[in-house]
Amino acid sequence: MVISRKPLHVIATIAIAILPLFSFANVSNDSVKKEAHEVHVATDANHGEAAEPQDKKAKVDAYIQHHLQDSHDFTFFSDEKEGKHYGFSLPVILIDNGLKVFSSSKFHHGETVAEVDGNFYKLYHGKIYKTDTAGTISYDEHHHPTNAKPLDFSITKNVVSMLFTSALLLFMFIGLAKSYKKGPIPTGFGRVLEPLILFIRDEIAIPNIGEKKYRKFMGYLLTVFFLIWLLNLLGMTPLGINVTGNIAVTICLALFTYFITQFSANKDYWMHIFWMPGVPVPMKIILMPIEILGTLTKPFALLIRLFANITAGHVVIMSLIAMIFVGKNLAADLPISLGLTLFISIIEVLVAFLQAFIFTMLSSLFIGMAVQDHHHDDHH
Amino acid sequence: MEKLINDFSFGLFFWQAIILLILIVLMVKFAWKPIMNSIVAREEGISNALLAAENAKKDMLNLKSDNEKLLAEARAERDLMIKEAREIKEKMIADAKSEAQVQGAAMIESAKATIESEKNAAMAELKNQVSSLSLEIAETLLKGELSNKEAQTKLVEKMLGDAKLN
Repeated sequence: MVISRKPLHVIATIAIAILPLFSFANVSNDSVKKEAHEVHVATDANHGEAAEPQDKKAKVDAYIQHHLQDSHDFTFFSDEKEGKHYGFSLPVILIDNGLKVFSSSKFHHGETVAEVDGNFYKLYHGKIYKTDTAGTISYDEHHHPTNAKPLDFSITKNVVSMLFTSALLLFMFIGLAKSYKKGPIPTGFGRVLEPLILFIRDEIAIPNIGEKKYRKFMGYLLTVFFLIWLLNLLGMTPLGINVTGNIAVTICLALFTYFITQFSANKDYWMHIFWMPGVPVPMKIILMPIEILGTLTKPFALLIRLFANITAGHVVIMSLIAMIFVGKNLAADLPISLGLTLFISIIEVLVAFLQAFIFTMLSSLFIGMAVQDHHHDDHH
Repeated sequence: MEKLINDFSFGLFFWQAIILLILIVLMVKFAWKPIMNSIVAREEGISNALLAAENAKKDMLNLKSDNEKLLAEARAERDLMIKEAREIKEKMIADAKSEAQVQGAAMIESAKATIESEKNAAMAELKNQVSSLSLEIAETLLKGELSNKEAQTKLVEKMLGDAKLN
């Protein structure tokens, strides 16, 4: 735990140091943003219009926002002048009076209304809204759409990335498992993977959960560690995926840890939550809600930590790259931008490992706290 | 916070949960279990081999000390045997000596007895010889003396003469 905090501080410091850049961009944008949207809605065809610097900043901001969110199609890059997007469409699955399955190409990247079985849907800021033939979106006073949202079970970009990562993990580790059949020492890539497995076992699982009980949780810890790490690293590639920086994904991961912790907890654990031994009765009553809240704050800290770290990393890197496009003096901005991006990228590669490590570490810590045997004579 | 809640997509959550669940099951079944089993088996093999080597080393040491002990025992036994032999030898010599002395003494004794008896026998014979010889001499003397009358009377006269003195 001691090791893990320092880089977090570094990241936090960098994020705060860079904050003025964003806040400046945001403040100047807030008024512009609406304008930009209106312009966007009104003149959807006018993509090739020469943009002013302010408009450019808004566009960069919108692009980063868009990147951070999930998407219904996998776009590698797009040509704005011709309005072309290079990538592939993904299936959209909606539950709206029955199951509706269609390709996301029907949305034309949010430019047109998709008509399915007499219903009209429009993609607006990464979300699918039910609309009419014209595609009108009505807003409330906070500029939030008030249209009905059908339940969206689409195979989105993040789902595809996750499937891809899972397939990669299965391929790598089943390969490793098979290589043990040939001999006691793995060959090739397995030599890289095995020390990592041993690291998880010897540095995370055994010290936190205990020699006797760790075996049962190794499967979850190893899977989560490698999944998060690989997803974090994939987020560093120019493919533009941001899975672990998505709140839904981290909530799901944290909930898994939460449920595993609660379901494997022993009597002592519940005893310490509902009727803390060794304190007076009034204290026991006061401690009960605190302890119950404590069980919830632990996974909450897990999900926020992973989400915030990865999101911050993506924002910082994209903003630094965007300096090239926003800045007026290319010769001066380019080396600064590239140098800083390289620097942050190296840190982000470290953070990618670190966040996976911290998530696994804390998960095993929580599990360890729930399954350990308390020796009242020793501790209290 | 509002933005976070707005960003939360239930569909993505749903898929993530399903994918994670299936991934955990598949990974545990096809990857982690065989991998962990192999690693644990290998580690046990290594520790067993180390233990066996350690034991062999200990056995060797034991064997060595056993050998030394045996050697020392043998040496002690040999020393004991030599000592005993020496004692026996000395005792034998002493015994022989004393026996010889006793025997010698006995022999001397018997020799002495024999000499004594021989001497006695010789003395007795000598006495007999002397007595018979003296008897013969006396007989011859008497015969000779008695044949000579003159000499007889002279003797008697002499003897009478001596008796007068008394």
